[in-house]
Amino acid sequence: MYRTKIFDHVILLFGVFIMVAPVVVAFMTSTHEAADIHRNGLSLTWGGHFVETYQTVLTREGGFTGKITGFNMMLNSMILGLGFAVGKIVLSMLAAYALVYFRFPLATFFFWVIFTTLLLPLEVRILPSYEVMNTLKLTNTYTGLIVPLLASATGTFYFRQFFKSVPDELLEAARIDGAGPFKFFIDVLVPLSRTMMAAIFIIMFVYGWNQYLWPTLMTTDEGFFTLVRGIKQILLVWVGSNIPDYNEAFALAILAMLPPVMIVVIFQRWFIKGLTESDK
Amino acid sequence: MAAITIAEVSKIYHGNVEAVKSVSIDIEDGEFIVLVGPSGCGKSTLLRMVAGLETISKGTVTIGSRVINDVDPAERDIAMVFQNYALYPHMTVYDNLAYGLKNRKTPKAEIDARVAEAARMLEIEPYLSRKPRALSGGQRQRVAMGRAIVRKPAAFLFDEPLSNLDAKLRVSMRGEIKRLQKRLGTTSLYVTHDQLEAMTLADRLVVLNGGRIEQIGRPLDVYHRPASTFVASFIGSPAMNLVKGQIEGGSLQIGLYRIELGGRAPVEGPVTVGLRAEDLKLAGVGEDAMLFQVDYVEELGAQRLVHGTIEGQALTIALSPETPLSGDLAVTIAVDRLHFFSPETGKRLERGTSFVSDAPAQTLRLETAS
Repeated sequence: MYRTKIFDHVILLFGVFIMVAPVVVAFMTSTHEAADIHRNGLSLTWGGHFVETYQTVLTREGGFTGKITGFNMMLNSMILGLGFAVGKIVLSMLAAYALVYFRFPLATFFFWVIFTTLLLPLEVRILPSYEVMNTLKLTNTYTGLIVPLLASATGTFYFRQFFKSVPDELLEAARIDGAGPFKFFIDVLVPLSRTMMAAIFIIMFVYGWNQYLWPTLMTTDEGFFTLVRGIKQILLVWVGSNIPDYNEAFALAILAMLPPVMIVVIFQRWFIKGLTESDK
Repeated sequence: MAAITIAEVSKIYHGNVEAVKSVSIDIEDGEFIVLVGPSGCGKSTLLRMVAGLETISKGTVTIGSRVINDVDPAERDIAMVFQNYALYPHMTVYDNLAYGLKNRKTPKAEIDARVAEAARMLEIEPYLSRKPRALSGGQRQRVAMGRAIVRKPAAFLFDEPLSNLDAKLRVSMRGEIKRLQKRLGTTSLYVTHDQLEAMTLADRLVVLNGGRIEQIGRPLDVYHRPASTFVASFIGSPAMNLVKGQIEGGSLQIGLYRIELGGRAPVEGPVTVGLRAEDLKLAGVGEDAMLFQVDYVEELGAQRLVHGTIEGQALTIALSPETPLSGDLAVTIAVDRLHFFSPETGKRLERGTSFVSDAPAQTLRLETAS
């Protein structure tokens, strides 16, 4: 058996250091006062203003109109992240189901059309997308924030590959057992895809949570601001002799990191289960 | 329970590929029919057409009194057992058995009763709350059978259900399937490429080749009177020896050897002669015999297969393991154990009318034509 040596641990510790150090610095700095940070830069020591800073960040009504708190922003981010992840999974599963199990003409052609949309990420089509949403009067709504991002070639591709690996006999057995297309999807395919869904949920939630460009464009009403935009907002006050609230920006950044980390921690077990246990 | 009539059924795939060519089989109520043939002979396609998983291109399939060509698989009143079991991996054994019944809106109490009955019959009661992946291959196979039994269908369809099991388990499951089918009396259609499975399970077996029926008959009839060289070489292990011969004036000529057929020659001219490995015997001292040049020997324990040639034509002989082997052998065969086939069509040639099956077996009389 291979015995771990000190050197192995040194490598691992180095990796951990690279990953965790910036987070620790951000957290420690966030507990200092803004003026200290401005004067001394980043710090590695405990500043002692943890409670005040985080309380302010979460509850102070900020922004130009003074309507949005950190907590609201977190909620908005959550709605965006969840809506984004769940919507993408539902949509791409249905698309993949149609592509794999229904014999319609040009199915392969349509699959490749969907696949080529990978070459057109949001950034490329952002102006036309905005135009469409604007015409539909969906700016400053959650619908406008989420729906245009839902169509997912990646998700469709993953689920298509997965469905293709499900043995045909399962479908045939279900047909003989009297399950129609809908029942087969709900009773057999969805439970079988649980681990796939968990994996895609992690990726898509983090992706949705970190969206910056699209929410910036879609929402002018501060009530729809997300955490990621909030951080930027705090640093935008550099007018005259004002010192930006660095501590609050760092605190928000730390808060913005928490939910994705939790999602990963919670779903990780499923994720690994899906990789190691063949459920077919 | 019902009779199944398959009438002139064909399957034509895209590009005019005919996988099944006008096949007709009448299956009686409660009969166990085995479809047997090599890969690609259309046996699975035929079964899947009966199941409703493939459309029927031509002809009709009737279950009971209902033509089911356009009936949904779920409405055909059949149950199918798949080669890879096709159990729902995320459901417990109980749910696997109950799923079909639930979809048919069977009352809960009856589902419980039927599942319990099937589980008891198959001895899978301890596993009802387990998932399929926690079961061994044999147990999964039982669950797959259970799923068919609980439905109480008019017919069972088996698609090579034992192919994924190891040899020992296959033998015991084979016996179990046979017993279960006798007990339930459900009409069964069973597909296999294993001639041994076909022989042991079938009430009647259907030998398919290239989408056509070569022969339908009871296992022993097919074994003793194969309708063609294909059936002769497919049914029985080792395969029947087929050698070229010539019938002239009522006697058979194989190479230098002449065998008197006693006035029961089927035709004149060239024939293909079939000799079962176990019908070939070592000749006693002074008996007329053919010289068999031994090539190599396969020891099977209960018997010993000797491969070699007679007059340059390859043959296999099954001998008891006690038989001493020393160089080349002198072999002989009873004349009424010879099978004759047309060398052109491969069809069986019946002996002349004077052939009486219970006549005393006439031993080979041969002269060396030199």
